[in-house]
Amino acid sequence: MLRYLARKIVVYVLTFFVAVTIDWAIPRFMPGDPVEGLLARMHAQPSAEEALSGYYTQAFGFDVPIWKQYLNFWAALLHGDLGRSIQNFPTTVSELILGALPYTLALLVPAVLLSFWAGNKVGAMAARRKALDNTVLPVGYVLTATPQMWLGVVLAWVFALTLGWFPVSGAYSFDLTPAWTLEFAADFVHHWILPFAALFLVAFGGWAIGMRNMIIYELESDYSNYLTSLGAPTKLVRRYAYRNALLPQITGLALALGAVVAGAIVVEIVFSYPGLGTLTLGAIQNRDYFLIQGIFLFLITGVLIANFVIDIAYVLIDPRTRTGMQGGR
Amino acid sequence: MALSRQRDVGAGAVPQAGLATIGGPVVTAEPSAATGGAPAPDRAPVAAHRSEFLYFALRNWKFVAGLSVVLVFIAAAVLGPVVAAHAPLEFNGPTDQPPSSDYWFGTTSFGQDVFSQFVAGLRAAFLVGALGGGLAWLLGAVVGFTAGYRGGAVDDVLNMLTNVVLVIPTLAILIIVSAYMNVHSYTVEALLIGLTSWPWAARAVRAQTFTLKTRDFVDVARLSGRSRRQVITSEIAPNMSSYLLMMFILLFGGAILIGASLDFLGLGPATSVSLGLMMNSAFLSSALVLGSWWWFLPPGIGIIGIVGGLYVMNVGLDEVFNPRLREL
Amino acid sequence: MSLSVDNLAVYYRTLRGDVRALDGVTFEIDDGEIMGLAGESGCGKSTLGKSLIRLDGRMRHVGGTVTLDGRVLPLSDDRAMNAFRYKEVSIVPQYAMSALNPTRKVGKIAKELLESRGVDFEGVRPEFVRRLELVGLTLDVLGMFPIELSGGMKQRAVMVLSTLLDPSLLIADEVTSALDVSSQRAVAEMLVEFRERQFVKSLVFITHDLAILYQAADTILVMYAGRLAEKATSDAVISRPLHPYTRLLVSSLPEVGVRYENRRLSGIPGKPPSLLEPPAGCRFRDRCPLASAMCAKQPPFVEVEPGHRVACWAVT
Repeated sequence: MLRYLARKIVVYVLTFFVAVTIDWAIPRFMPGDPVEGLLARMHAQPSAEEALSGYYTQAFGFDVPIWKQYLNFWAALLHGDLGRSIQNFPTTVSELILGALPYTLALLVPAVLLSFWAGNKVGAMAARRKALDNTVLPVGYVLTATPQMWLGVVLAWVFALTLGWFPVSGAYSFDLTPAWTLEFAADFVHHWILPFAALFLVAFGGWAIGMRNMIIYELESDYSNYLTSLGAPTKLVRRYAYRNALLPQITGLALALGAVVAGAIVVEIVFSYPGLGTLTLGAIQNRDYFLIQGIFLFLITGVLIANFVIDIAYVLIDPRTRTGMQGGR
Repeated sequence: MALSRQRDVGAGAVPQAGLATIGGPVVTAEPSAATGGAPAPDRAPVAAHRSEFLYFALRNWKFVAGLSVVLVFIAAAVLGPVVAAHAPLEFNGPTDQPPSSDYWFGTTSFGQDVFSQFVAGLRAAFLVGALGGGLAWLLGAVVGFTAGYRGGAVDDVLNMLTNVVLVIPTLAILIIVSAYMNVHSYTVEALLIGLTSWPWAARAVRAQTFTLKTRDFVDVARLSGRSRRQVITSEIAPNMSSYLLMMFILLFGGAILIGASLDFLGLGPATSVSLGLMMNSAFLSSALVLGSWWWFLPPGIGIIGIVGGLYVMNVGLDEVFNPRLREL
Repeated sequence: MSLSVDNLAVYYRTLRGDVRALDGVTFEIDDGEIMGLAGESGCGKSTLGKSLIRLDGRMRHVGGTVTLDGRVLPLSDDRAMNAFRYKEVSIVPQYAMSALNPTRKVGKIAKELLESRGVDFEGVRPEFVRRLELVGLTLDVLGMFPIELSGGMKQRAVMVLSTLLDPSLLIADEVTSALDVSSQRAVAEMLVEFRERQFVKSLVFITHDLAILYQAADTILVMYAGRLAEKATSDAVISRPLHPYTRLLVSSLPEVGVRYENRRLSGIPGKPPSLLEPPAGCRFRDRCPLASAMCAKQPPFVEVEPGHRVACWAVT
């Protein structure tokens, strides 16, 4: 087990290293000069230009040799210094990100967990009943082929604008300030439901289909046939099948994390939800390079940590990883 | 088990959360007919396979349904721009009009014809899907075959590479690259997508290659002195042909979805039209608030149609290639 | 116990029509008898074995009855059959080596299976362990995952588990087919031992290997293309085969001590007929050296000597 986890950690550390290097390298090796680009967008006074140019050159680190730039980058990173935002100067990138993070997590974590749980349950049920199967399959395929932002827009249009049941943007009403009160909590949930639904539904479709297929596969396996031949009740066989089918689903969860995060970003934008998504859009539109780089690193780290957590969960659930690594026969 | 479904590959995550295992048991391994039971390295089944394939394929309603939907959209993409009365970016029409006989899908806030934008967007979608999916497929196949066949140190290195690229969220990389590099064409966008979405394909191909590698017909080929490349291309690959085809379809669909997200974020080419970009401008122009459903609905429906059709086609193909799944 | 099969017919439903895998077979097995069931691939022996315990998805019970210890087995009624499964009729499947759930320990699998069948595990545990030791496995096996056992160990564990409730009839489906010669012998001896110790009353030993049946079985039933060809004691079948198919089968067996420069191993030219649309009359007709015009009509499976039945016009 330890060897298994250790191997994973090596990959993650390596990936982090690669990601940071990419992050550092891209602005330096892309055609065009980012500093020039920034200045052009700002239409600054000619007198201010020189000062700005000097500042940015230093901020990017272009004034020192390349290898030093790289080391400085790492040094700053390990201190948690991601630089200062260009559009929101002098707020630091870290501040902006940490301010937006809770909202993104509030959407992502429940969406991922609930869609995984519900999708697997429904998928397993669909593998049992033909009638349910005939509904779940087409619905699942349509859902999983749906772009999340589009679903967000449609949900907003139907439930917020047409029916008026939910608000169409923001995480909470303008006249409220975040506080640990019931009123705020209710308002928060009210704003949260539609973006959550957009993420949940698409992911749900995929898990349901995947689980349904996995269960069918497990029910055809030799051990299932053996138990059934010996008269074991379907409940027992299904229990084994579900347990075994869950394993590749968990692996799949780890693989799908990148896509999940992407979905959260675009959905947030649709609902102007003050999370990392909206932050990213603003950063892109304003060419706030430092913010973009910071978000990128943050996303990577988050995904790596999540992957690791999932790996641990997998080890806990699949007894074979524990035995195999203990040198069993 | 006669069929080896590579579950421990992690079953292929298509870049849409939750679809992780659609690439798993849905995409099964060996074409039934082939050399599974044959004692001799028999290549004839591949040919007999083709006519049998057509017979069953056309009778599988999922395959036919999915294919029909995709064909409809292909037709729209090919003929639409020809038939469209207005150029997609031409903005001299009345703004925010619902569908009418003059503007079949209505107009945008800039007075552009939504229909012509839509069919132009379909073209872009197919381009990105084919190129992006194709590149990912090619890279995945090359890395997968090499790692699976060579094994040993080569496998370890490639594995590490695959895992690293796999973990990094595609969109994150694309955001950062596109931020610095103005993407000027869909070809470039497709290239970027292809370069970042190959890992799960590589994993799947590698696992399959491992299984096939131990088969007798491969040994015979090797013993008769064929080069590594020859063994891969003429012995192993044909036996995985169904699997490779289905993988391509999944990658095609996935590329379209990623492309749409990129365009929606404003990271795609700004000068042409795509479905994602349509959604982007619709959103930014408050089409939602204005209630211009004709503007923001069609792009999504287009994507659902194409990608959903492809997925359903894939399921049908799986049943065709894998007789055990064929229902009575 | 006695098993009586009367005109049993089981077909496979396929897209192209019904495959008549088992087309009217009739025979009996006595108390304590080990009957070998032999024939080439596709002759219907596995189908016969499986239909006695569980018809899987594609199989359809088309006709005939099976009576075990005087009770008719409700083959088509899956639920009613459950009462018989494991307790009266049990099976050691062909895939015994992969029949155990890979993510559960062997002991737990056994416990959950038995308890789901209403058997108190703690009560049978001592006997279970005793039998495991009998076949050469230790108590430790219960605490291991299937992946930790070798193929042979898994098969033996499955053999013990399948017979734990002392069924009247055990179906051993190709249990020796994937093994090397010495393991084959060990397994065959184990099965006979099970019968000696009354773990099972009677046994149907399915295999294509006549040689092993000669050693282990009391009687041999030879099948061809979904029908019965011959049934007699092992001795009679090997040394005095009557049906042309059996004779060709036997003569295609290598013998110890015979050198083949003098006599070539004969095979049987041709191949079995399609079971989708089988020919009328005797199915062996096309490959039979003794075929005649009479063979256009299916020969009945009759007793030509005490305990020796054959379905062939040339013999009767």
